[in-house]
Amino acid sequence: MNTKKVNKLALAVIKLIAAVVVVILAFLLGKILLSGLPHVSWHFLTTPSRSFTAGGGIGIQLFNSFYLLILTLLISFPLSLGAGIYLAEYAPKNRVTEGVRMAIEVLSSLPSVVVGLFGFLLFVVQFKMGFSIISGAIALTFFNLPLLTRNVEDSLNNVPKLQREAGLALGLSKWHTVTKIILPEALPGILTGIVLCAGRVFGEAAALIYTAGQSATNIDFSNWNPFDESSPLNLFRPAETLAVHIWKINSEGIMPDAEQISAGASAVLIVAVLIFNLSARYLGNRLYKRLTASK
Amino acid sequence: MKAGKYDLNDTSIMNFDKQKQEIALSTHDLQVYYGNKHAFYDGNLQFERYKITALIGASGSGKSTFLRSLNRMNDDVATVTGEIMYRGIDINSKKINLYEMRKQIGMVFQRPNPFSKSIKENITFALKENGIKDKQKLDEIVEKSLRGAALWDEVKDDLNKSALALSGGQQQRLCIARAIAMGPDILLMDEPCSALDPISTLKVEETMHELKKKYTIIIVTHNMQQASRVSDYTAFFHMGHVIEYGKTKDIFTNPKIQATEDYVSGNFG
Ligand SMILES: Nc1ncnc2c1ncn2[C@@H]1O[C@H](COP(=O)(O)OP(=O)(O)O)[C@@H](O)[C@H]1O
Ligand SMILES: [Mg+2]
Repeated sequence: MNTKKVNKLALAVIKLIAAVVVVILAFLLGKILLSGLPHVSWHFLTTPSRSFTAGGGIGIQLFNSFYLLILTLLISFPLSLGAGIYLAEYAPKNRVTEGVRMAIEVLSSLPSVVVGLFGFLLFVVQFKMGFSIISGAIALTFFNLPLLTRNVEDSLNNVPKLQREAGLALGLSKWHTVTKIILPEALPGILTGIVLCAGRVFGEAAALIYTAGQSATNIDFSNWNPFDESSPLNLFRPAETLAVHIWKINSEGIMPDAEQISAGASAVLIVAVLIFNLSARYLGNRLYKRLTASK
Repeated sequence: MKAGKYDLNDTSIMNFDKQKQEIALSTHDLQVYYGNKHAFYDGNLQFERYKITALIGASGSGKSTFLRSLNRMNDDVATVTGEIMYRGIDINSKKINLYEMRKQIGMVFQRPNPFSKSIKENITFALKENGIKDKQKLDEIVEKSLRGAALWDEVKDDLNKSALALSGGQQQRLCIARAIAMGPDILLMDEPCSALDPISTLKVEETMHELKKKYTIIIVTHNMQQASRVSDYTAFFHMGHVIEYGKTKDIFTNPKIQATEDYVSGNFG
């Protein structure tokens, strides 16, 4: 065979593999959406779930998922920002920081069940925080932190060194150079990373089963006092999320319409994650253009 | 010491007459080490005020190393010993306020590195950080420094446009404008034209002729035509040593050292 033929053949094989992957993904996505979306209605999205009778919704679980997501980001973003800035801009190149990087790497490949059990033992049991939103948010922070930190570090490292020198040569301090020049230029990458992480957190179940718990207590959406037990904002109430709900229905759901609810909830979950991913791209591109092209 | 075919101790370094010429900056026994690597030896150079001094030499000969020592840009990576005297003080001393010093000794880099901000903000950013808030004053400085860098006429209607939309040559002149907006005394330039096309290069060179009325310029260049076109004095670097330092005319037409002669005539190596 001559070079040209080999090239053609290789290309054909690669294209075939890519096509297979795309077909599998499209099939899965299509199946989940087709079997789930017919069950999704405004009523489904807003009413509480029922354990024994048909006609329940996913309102509380949906709220819990978003609330937990926001809490998790509120805790993990500042931490990862600080850690990422330190690692990218200040950390000396020595064994200690190499060790820290290794630890982050290991932490990021920790199975989420393990993170969940760790959270259960430490926060739920040891610190007596019970099955609660806050336990769940802290467990998810552990799950989220390594990736977010890596993302911040990488985004900062992608800003050319010359930009830092430009700041220093103008008599700016390192801190000002980093926060006012480098960070804004790294922002598109950082935001994209956050939104992608948000999708991951949103779909996470294993880490939450034993931390945020598996029960959706009824909450009163007219009571916004976070210290009140029935308030949606209460940090210490157990909070089953959408992903946990899907897992639970499938393993022990006894309501007559369990199958439909599971399908509908899965479709909603997938759509939410899709929205996160697409908006990550859009946001990243928009911001990048705004920062670089003419205003 | 002998390395390669030239004797590195065979040097000819010009000294100025302090009665007649004003010295803007001078180095005394400057040595630079990257870890164990001795990258620059025994620098004793004086730079005359309001003149352009070119640093030439093969790649890796230590030009950038020397230049970046002058405003302490290599503090994190290199050890620099010896003195750098500026207005009677040793700015290589630990006690120096680097940030104030760098406002006096500005730098322009090998590649244009404007911030991803508007043209105007590129210039006003550092000024605002230094506490200049008055809008009218800022506008004045913007115009003055853009004129100083011969860029004003090209961008005066687009001051709010992103600096990244400019051409490479315009970006480099913006970086010059940004540097002179700080009101420096000395400008260090490290191959400022190496990433530019010939026309942009000529523009930047023209700018330099204007700039030297107000600033002392030290420029690294690997382009010998450029050195002979723009500079008053030239220092020839070889393997971390300054081999010859003198009037540009003498360096190019009547060098005292064999290595210099070989280098400027292209027989080097
Ligand atoms: N950050 C650094 N760390 C270690 N060695 C360096 C560093 N920068 C430059 N060098 C070395 O110092 C020598 C001089 O380099 P440089 O000053 O960049 O030369 P020039 O600017 O004349 O091309 C070279 O051998 C180079 O490899
Ligand atoms: Mg260089």
